Amino acid sequence: MSNTSGSHPPMLLATGSEAPAFELPCTPDQTVSLTELRGQPVILAFYPEDWSPVCSDQMALYQEVLPEFRKFNAELLGISVDSVWCHLAFAKDRNLHFPLLSDFEPKGAVARSYGVYRTKEGTSERALFVIDEDGIVRWSYISPVGVNPGADGILHALEGLGKDSGS
Amino acid sequence: MSTSQWEPALTNPVSDERDHIQGPPDAPVTLVEYGDYECPYCGAAYPIIKEIQARMGDRLRFVFRNFPITTSHPHSQQAAEAAEAASAQGKFWEMHDILYENQEDLQQQDLLVYGERLGLQVDRFTTDLAEHIHLERVREDFMSGVHSGVNGTPTFFINGRRHDGSYETETLLGALERALSRET
Repeated sequence: MSNTSGSHPPMLLATGSEAPAFELPCTPDQTVSLTELRGQPVILAFYPEDWSPVCSDQMALYQEVLPEFRKFNAELLGISVDSVWCHLAFAKDRNLHFPLLSDFEPKGAVARSYGVYRTKEGTSERALFVIDEDGIVRWSYISPVGVNPGADGILHALEGLGKDSGS
Repeated sequence: MSTSQWEPALTNPVSDERDHIQGPPDAPVTLVEYGDYECPYCGAAYPIIKEIQARMGDRLRFVFRNFPITTSHPHSQQAAEAAEAASAQGKFWEMHDILYENQEDLQQQDLLVYGERLGLQVDRFTTDLAEHIHLERVREDFMSGVHSGVNGTPTFFINGRRHDGSYETETLLGALERALSRET
């Protein structure tokens, strides 16, 4: 797949790796820590920026599919380099009711740790990770920045988690 | 299970019994649209589909499935239910067309006016909407779309494969003609 950004293709965190821990603000006075979510699947949806048209469609779709994610007891986290105030305005405008994390300071640090930071643009890739209840990355996908990756890959990965664990 | 590419494809095949279909069952090309009645892009696609149907005639089968994104379009769910309620009285396509021709007016009272205009049994239509009789059907369509890789509206599938190109008339028609040449 061509890389139109001009930045080097990042080294996407491999499946089977332990998901790098993080704690990021989602509102001016609340944070979300990955470690606290241990014991349930986590969907990490990195997207470049609030407000850009493709991101908005993607997050609106995820809001709509949220009940299906919840059937797997999965927690959905959106994440971009935007500030918490920007996220708040965006979530309110678009009726999003899941946490949008602010990878703002140091900028893009979490995106870098997952191998999905675009240095030239200063934003993350449009990348999806499904992390299992033990904190292991079980599926990941980088979509071309202009393409909404949909939710079928996430659901397929969540279905796979149950089968693999055998419990 | 790992990082992988996959090609989005229709997970639920077209069903003569369940789906809303225009065109002959044995048409060589099937175009499936996942659409939202309040989505302006679907509104823009609506006359394009009409034109393509006119130009392709019996070579095309067209199928419409519901994909309301209520987060963005608060009236899209009830509009989809209204189309299904009209379908229960044999008037799906008539309602589908009215909804796309009146995208700005999809309030409950508007829907009832459309039902009356189509000569539906108003009591039954009103009850169907009030009791959300067709909510489950709309959700089934939506989830079949999600599983098939629908990522926004409108999303089109040509003979089961997602069409990622534009839906401008010539582009979409070109893709359909290519599918046709593969089939014949």
